[in-house]
Amino acid sequence: MTATTKRRTLATDATVGQSPSRPDGIPKLRGEFEFAQDLRAEGMLWAATVRSPHPRARIVSIDIAPALAMGGVHACLTADDVPGRATFGLEHPDQPVLAGDEVRFWGEPVAVVAAEDEVTARLAAGLVEVHYQSLNPLTDPAEANRRDDVFRRLRIRRGDQTVRGTVVVEGRYEVGMQDQAPLGTEAGLAIPDGQGGVDLYATSQFVHVDQEQVVASLGLRPDQVRSHPTGIGGAFGAREDVNLHIHLCMLALHTGRPVKMVYHRSESFAGHVHRHPAWLRYRHEANRDGRLVRVEAEVLLDGGAYASTTSAVLANASYFAVGPYRCDSVAVDGIGARTNNPPCGAMRGFGAVQVCFGYETQMDRLAEALGMDPLDLREVNALRTGDQMPTTGQVIETPLPTVDVIRSLRAMPLPEADPDAHHSSLPGGSGLTTESGQVRRGVGYAFGIKNLGFSEGADDYAQARVRLSGDGAVVETAAIEVGQGLVTVLAQIARSALGISRVEVAHVDTSKIDSAGSTSASRQTQVSGGATLEAATRLRERILSEHEGDDLDEEGVWRGESLVVPWSSLADEGWAETATFRHPPTTRPDENGQGVVHADFAVAGHRAVVDVDVELGLVKVIRVDTAQDVGFALNPASVRGQIEGGILQGVGLAVMEELVMKDGVMLNATFTDYLLPTILDAPEVEALLIERPGSWGPYGAKGVGEPPTISSTPAVVAAIRAASGKELNRVPVRPQDIALP
Amino acid sequence: MEIAHPTSVNEALAGLTEGVTPLAGGTDLMVEVNFGHARPVQVVALRRIAELKEWEGSRIGSGVTWRRIERDGPTALAEAARTVGSPQIRNAGTIGGNLGTASPAGDGHPFLAAVDATIELASSTATRTLPWAEFFVGVKKTARRDDELITAVNLPGNLPERQAFGKIGVRNAMVIATVCAVVTRADDGRVTVALGSVAPTPIRAPRGEAMISSITSPKDTDLIEFQRLVSDEVRPITDHRSTEEYRRHGAGILARRLLERCLR
Amino acid sequence: MIVEFSVNGEQVSAPVTLPGSLLDLLRDGLGLPGSKDACEQGECGSCSVILDGELVCSCLVMAADVAGSSVTTVEGIGSEEALHPVQEAMHQAGAVQCGFCTPGFVVAAADLFERNPHPTQTEIREALAGNICRCTGYGAILRALERVATGSAQ
Repeated sequence: MTATTKRRTLATDATVGQSPSRPDGIPKLRGEFEFAQDLRAEGMLWAATVRSPHPRARIVSIDIAPALAMGGVHACLTADDVPGRATFGLEHPDQPVLAGDEVRFWGEPVAVVAAEDEVTARLAAGLVEVHYQSLNPLTDPAEANRRDDVFRRLRIRRGDQTVRGTVVVEGRYEVGMQDQAPLGTEAGLAIPDGQGGVDLYATSQFVHVDQEQVVASLGLRPDQVRSHPTGIGGAFGAREDVNLHIHLCMLALHTGRPVKMVYHRSESFAGHVHRHPAWLRYRHEANRDGRLVRVEAEVLLDGGAYASTTSAVLANASYFAVGPYRCDSVAVDGIGARTNNPPCGAMRGFGAVQVCFGYETQMDRLAEALGMDPLDLREVNALRTGDQMPTTGQVIETPLPTVDVIRSLRAMPLPEADPDAHHSSLPGGSGLTTESGQVRRGVGYAFGIKNLGFSEGADDYAQARVRLSGDGAVVETAAIEVGQGLVTVLAQIARSALGISRVEVAHVDTSKIDSAGSTSASRQTQVSGGATLEAATRLRERILSEHEGDDLDEEGVWRGESLVVPWSSLADEGWAETATFRHPPTTRPDENGQGVVHADFAVAGHRAVVDVDVELGLVKVIRVDTAQDVGFALNPASVRGQIEGGILQGVGLAVMEELVMKDGVMLNATFTDYLLPTILDAPEVEALLIERPGSWGPYGAKGVGEPPTISSTPAVVAAIRAASGKELNRVPVRPQDIALP
Repeated sequence: MEIAHPTSVNEALAGLTEGVTPLAGGTDLMVEVNFGHARPVQVVALRRIAELKEWEGSRIGSGVTWRRIERDGPTALAEAARTVGSPQIRNAGTIGGNLGTASPAGDGHPFLAAVDATIELASSTATRTLPWAEFFVGVKKTARRDDELITAVNLPGNLPERQAFGKIGVRNAMVIATVCAVVTRADDGRVTVALGSVAPTPIRAPRGEAMISSITSPKDTDLIEFQRLVSDEVRPITDHRSTEEYRRHGAGILARRLLERCLR
Repeated sequence: MIVEFSVNGEQVSAPVTLPGSLLDLLRDGLGLPGSKDACEQGECGSCSVILDGELVCSCLVMAADVAGSSVTTVEGIGSEEALHPVQEAMHQAGAVQCGFCTPGFVVAAADLFERNPHPTQTEIREALAGNICRCTGYGAILRALERVATGSAQ
């Protein structure tokens, strides 16, 4: 059948630059979307984990007999039952799958149990008798540094180390341990395939790397383990590392039954890595005109008991220790210490968050010492395209609109104070502690920089496949959707490149496609998006070339006004194109930290308006406005969602979120006492998207997930300082920090 | 029988034998169950007992929810009710359950202490009424015997005309009080001050009360002295939520501000 | 024991073990996994349901105690053919990211509009103060619900 008139049916509201609603939105709104915790399988067993109550102890003996004796218990496994490599780890496999002779952090897994139901599994786990000989935990990272008990030391020296500035500002800063606290806890289901292999469905940010670690620890062939992208309730870095993955597969293969595990909230706190707490020492030197002459920094991170991604987080923190500013004399010493605190690893912002609090506080103090407007000081030193990164010396080649960010943020109007504010807009809220006359308003600014993608020579790539189906096209990927909207944007890219509307994204497992890499480092839209763009573009070219057509749409292939191949025929031809996208290569730095270390950069600025009840030390964050360098907003609504969500995490770190540790034990591993901002704590947000396409991401897009978490925290603290006059060298700021001398 | 659903107090009391756990709104008990800290094997559910939900004048049935108190309660108790947990918690949680748990941080407790409320307890053999100060015995400890139910809270017939509640917390919803307080002032100038989260039980601040009650028109210097006395009288601790020093500081300031509200 | 009650308008007879929660019963016993478990203590609202007309956390309701009651879960709000205005508005506003908190918000918001068809922004915030979201920063959720409140949704 031919149509004489060609109709373009491309839904132009669903292509790049638009904000189509997400394809999984309705199932999520109806409670029908399947998360890992919702998975079921016939004959499924439930698992539970036995964890160490000690931050450091020798394991004298483990008696699993009482657990096995309980009715309904099918297995209880310990370190001796790990068939393959006894340890796992993202950067270094140093963490025991199950503790053998020693436990090195509070909550370290010692044994796992599988039983008929969840209650039985947990009760049985409580019956396992572990005899510990408690040892003295090392919980002070400064002490660990003195003992040279470190995961990594990093040294950056750039420029003439002897130059000095006229004005000097020194400071020490501290950042507490934040937790990602995604609402969905760790969960998974492992199904043995009856032939010695296993299929794993678990919360994850990177299924291929999970699969590799499962293969290693189970002593299996790679083709025997398939890791499937699974519905996940948020991640923010907590799920880059393996947690329950190997345990589930071990139990599944041991029992021959599907095994499911879901962490409860306290266990989730214990069972995943946290943001590194940091201790920073800074020395900034500048001349009277405000130009930074020299920056010295010492960055000490507490990596906890095992390596996780401490090496990379430390690298990030060290390389971004100066911030988005020019400086030609830089000395940074980074230390990733090993202690008996819980392991720390990836959390959104990945090291750049901690140092931003340090350097932005320094910049404000420097401005004060110089008698200069703090924004003028930022502008004078702003890093631009063509400049060298102050730490690595890398020339910045893509757009870096730092000055635009500063100026546009400054130009945004400030809100009026409201003398009749409802109590929900006042510090203390419905606690009725504070009246509007008892409040001082403060405004604070901060600016930050983050790398996009993996660095230091990592082979960072993503594979995607685009194939035609009866309906339209399918983008196949192993890239994980954690809520950020990847499923929406990959379809938009494919639509724009292919020229058809009906595109859906399908997540496929590790056996069906090569790695998309981690959903982290603000990279997935750029690299998986890049792979999708390449695959879709090439596919369209090949189809048109093969059929000598000049256009492709939902009807099929057109030549002039004739439909030469209808879609139904086209769909039968088995069209598919796979692309593997790599960003421009990076290098390992030399012994002074110099080199083309990063793939790309993004800058952002935040301005916070806070009302502070100085007497009681209570804070209400009224507004956080932002200007962010996004390259090109592929889906403006999703970008805005990332910005608003990231800002609130930054607000959380500023005023309420901290895992409180005492002698290596976590004191507040519940939602009662690890406080997440509620809707009553959320500020108004105005977000300006600064679009300067030119990055290597699809259509010039940059990653957007992390910059909102980086300078939002120091902006809020700067505002609190302005209102209260307090120094505030530590986050989160607590009421006593403001109210007491 | 594992669970009983009585519809009268007498029926409930008859079923409250040894090893039976009373269940009201569930907002405290179910947390213990979910955490694996409690495993009740026999339960008497109180939700269907109409008597316990009765609210006659100054007698509030123990089954009255915080949601109703938020709407209909005396000023400072309604203000306290508004800060209990979340809307979900307030729809289920009851004033009786809150008393039964007797957390030192219970938001409703300072009001009861400030107005000298009494707590009604009933067993299958007797009923008794305890002054609040005898009801609260220690951290999460009350004088309720295992065979008793809390049946009602009795407020005095004439409540002080001026009342104010305040609660210091780190975020604006669902927060355990760092310090909470109620101040009342009667027309004759008598002031009462009660505080929570600054001692094992809710407490009054008698020295501060005595000092300020004797002054008809307190001046700023009097208010500062009042603040200092209250700060001095509280017995807070340092824990993972806050410090002794801050709680002491906050208690004094909060009490002073609440008094200022009562003086307007 | 068997507990008889109504869920989303249907009468059910469910086997229940003391002292399990209504949340566990819904998810594991009744094939209604829409309500989520995120904190086990009523601090996040992900398990929100309507019980006898009141918004509550189902993790804090003992399953054995719902005999004779009526429960509405997220699965009972709106339908395949016609989304509830709250669902439609949230979908259009980009108020869903990971989706774990979403069922709780849908139930709490549906309950709000049932009681108050035109809430102010403050009333919306106070009604949802028991629902935690970690992804969105609440901005899109508020925009969605304000549109429902002013009747400009859909």
